[in-house]
Amino acid sequence: MTPQINELWVYLSTSPLLGLTLTLLAYQGAWWIHRRAGFSPLANPVLLAVAALVALLAVTDTPYQTYFDGAQFVHFLLGPATVALAVPLYMQFQRVRAMLVPVIVGLLVGSVVAAASAVLVARLFGASLATQLSLAPKSVTTPIAMGIAERIGGIPSLTAVLVISTGILGAVLGRYLFDALRIRDPAIRGFATGITAHGIGTARAFQESEQAGAFAALAMGMNGLATALLLPALLPLLQ
Amino acid sequence: MIAALTQLLVLQLVGEVIARGFNLPIPGPVIGMLLLFLALALRGGPTSDLQATSQGLLQHLSLLFVPAGTGIVLHLHRVADEWLPLLLSLLSSTVLTLALTALLMRLCARRVVTGE
Repeated sequence: MTPQINELWVYLSTSPLLGLTLTLLAYQGAWWIHRRAGFSPLANPVLLAVAALVALLAVTDTPYQTYFDGAQFVHFLLGPATVALAVPLYMQFQRVRAMLVPVIVGLLVGSVVAAASAVLVARLFGASLATQLSLAPKSVTTPIAMGIAERIGGIPSLTAVLVISTGILGAVLGRYLFDALRIRDPAIRGFATGITAHGIGTARAFQESEQAGAFAALAMGMNGLATALLLPALLPLLQ
Repeated sequence: MIAALTQLLVLQLVGEVIARGFNLPIPGPVIGMLLLFLALALRGGPTSDLQATSQGLLQHLSLLFVPAGTGIVLHLHRVADEWLPLLLSLLSSTVLTLALTALLMRLCARRVVTGE
């Protein structure tokens, strides 16, 4: 029996099937918990799924690269999903046009505050320079953030993790913060969430309403552009 | 679904070619998003196929971040060494960005309304 199980494990651990299936299973489980928790932002599905996978990789002593050989098929869909964001954006465009001034102000404030506050607080508490630079693009969607990190001297794969942590934090905290500040307009809630928490915030905003989701998608796209253009100019001021 | 998926991938590919060809700091998928937006504006809206497919993709957008998020296993040492500045930086920056963006937008939205 045992040699057969060993053979099976050797096969599974070298095939992309396992990493892909585990990603989907972890997410299904996380989504089930999220639904059971009444879609509470606290039971964030990305956080739950990542925690389960990290524990599993640690227990089975599986290298991340082996896992990612399978999981990359899911990761790849980020590209077409980003393109698809044009659809809700188009459907909400009337409202976007009416909100043009607040949108531009929100973009400039959000992109500068997100980068500057992250770098300054990290430095204040003694983070290394590489960590500070990896933090700077943390509010930008993963593929853009990794590109920016590489250009300014951060560590791209660390940036990816910080981006996702920020996304989870923004998705978890947004609702409570906006309720406390009495911000009710779904356009403003969505846009601020998208600026801060990119795609994960956008996923959360779509749960609130189609309009919040469309504004979050708009904010995510615009912040990607703004940070890519502004950050190289902003960094010397922060040093 | 296949037609819509093909359309999304073609636009991503064109976006990628433009981004690399002109050495732009913007990633290909974001240019693809802008191109699709222009196409929708010219055509007067998405087909039902495209609408259903993009809804399907976006409904579980969270799933797509799971593989990269699991990459934290590559940085456990750094996270263990610098957990305090990382935690404080992420937390304070997230709260500040959410709050300041939303408050200033509300201020401007009111100005726009009362100014008219």
